Amino acid sequence: MANQNGETNLSVLTAGWIKQNPTFVQVLGLCPVLAVSTSADNALGMGLATLGVLAISNLFISFVRNIIPNEIRIPVYISIIAAFVTMVNLLMHGYTYDLWVSLGIYIPLIVVNCIPLGRAEAFASKHGPWKSFLDGVGMGIGFLGAIMLLGITRELFDSGTIFGYHIWSSAYDVFVVALPPGAFLVIGLYMGLFRYIGKVRSQKKAQGDESK
Amino acid sequence: MNANFGELFALMFSAMLVYNFLLSRFLGMCSFFGVSQKIDTAVGMSIAVIFVMVVSGISAWLLNLLLIAWNVEFLQILVFVLVIAALVQFIEIFVKKTNPVLYNALGIYLPLITTNCAVLGVVLLNLNQSYDLMQTIFNTVGSALGYALAIILFASIRERLSIDELPPVFEGMPAAFITAFVLSMGFMAFNGMIKA
Repeated sequence: MANQNGETNLSVLTAGWIKQNPTFVQVLGLCPVLAVSTSADNALGMGLATLGVLAISNLFISFVRNIIPNEIRIPVYISIIAAFVTMVNLLMHGYTYDLWVSLGIYIPLIVVNCIPLGRAEAFASKHGPWKSFLDGVGMGIGFLGAIMLLGITRELFDSGTIFGYHIWSSAYDVFVVALPPGAFLVIGLYMGLFRYIGKVRSQKKAQGDESK
Repeated sequence: MNANFGELFALMFSAMLVYNFLLSRFLGMCSFFGVSQKIDTAVGMSIAVIFVMVVSGISAWLLNLLLIAWNVEFLQILVFVLVIAALVQFIEIFVKKTNPVLYNALGIYLPLITTNCAVLGVVLLNLNQSYDLMQTIFNTVGSALGYALAIILFASIRERLSIDELPPVFEGMPAAFITAFVLSMGFMAFNGMIKA
C-alpha cells in the first residue's frame, strides 16, 4: 500500500509497545492499571479485555469513518466503544465469572478509558481498517505489558507468588505494595527507572558519536 | 424510607474519605494528574466534576427505573455514557459563556470529563449497591466532595514541589506518583474510622 508518512504495518503494530506506550509514555488510561494490578491474574484479564475492545472498536470505527459527520464524531465513537464493552462485559460474565467478579466495575469502565477513544480520534479516524486494527492490537499489547508488569511486581512483593506459583518465602513481603498506595509507589518507581535507562542510553549514544 | 440520617451521613463520609475516589478506588486518574499543577485549575475542575457527578448520578438512577421497566438493562453502559456526554456538553457551553478564563484554564480536560471514569464510576457503583434515591444522592455527593478534596490537596503539594530541587530522573510525572503515594497513605488512616 502506498503511504505518504512512511508508516509500515510493522511500525504501526510496534509503536505502542515501547515508544508510544499508552501507560508509561502517554500516561493515559491509568485507572485500571492502578486499580486492578493487585495480582497477575487480574492484570492479565483486564489487559486482554482492553486489548480486545481496542482492536475491534478501532477496526469498526475505521470502517465507518467516512460516513460519520465530523461534528458528532465523538458521541458516535463513544457509542461504538460502549457497544463492544457491553459485549465483552456480558461475555466475561458468562464464561469467566470469577474474574468478572474480581474486576467489578472496571470492565464497564473500559468505555471511559482514554485509550480506545484516544486511538479512535488520533488513528482510526484517519487510517484504513487493517492499519487501525494493527494499531489497536499494538496499543493493546503495550497496555497489557504495562499492567502485567505492575500486576506481577505487586503480587510478587505482596505474597511472594506469580500467578499463584510460589517464588520466594514471605520474608520479602512489603505489605504496602498490595494496598492502594502501593500502586502509586510502584508505577512511580518504574517511571523513574525507565527514564533513568533512557538517559543512560542516550548518554552512551552521544559518547559513541563523539568518539567517531 | 429505610435509612436514617445517621446512616446516610456515614455513607457520605465513607465515600468521601475511606473509599476516596482518587486515592483508593483509582477513578478519574487522567484529570488527577493532568490538571493538578495549579490550585486554581484544580478548584475549577473540582467544581465542574461535582456538578456533573451529582446531576448524572441522580438522572442515571431515574433512567435506570425506565430501563428496568422496559427490560433493557443491558443498555445501561451505553445510555449512561450518552447522558454524561450530553451534560458535559451543556456545562462546556455554560462555562464558555460565563467564565472564559476558567474555560481556557481547563482546556481539554473539560470535554474529557465525559471520559472521566469517576463520573461513570459513581453511577455504576450506585447501581451495583442497589441504593435507593436518598442513598444515591448522599453517596454521590460524598464521592464528589472526596474527589475535590483529594485533587485540591494534591495540587497544593505539587505547586509547592515545583520549586524544589528533585533528582532529575524523578522530576515531573514520577515525582507526582510518589506524592500521590504519600497522600494515599495518609487517607488510609481513615480506614479505621468506619468499621461499624
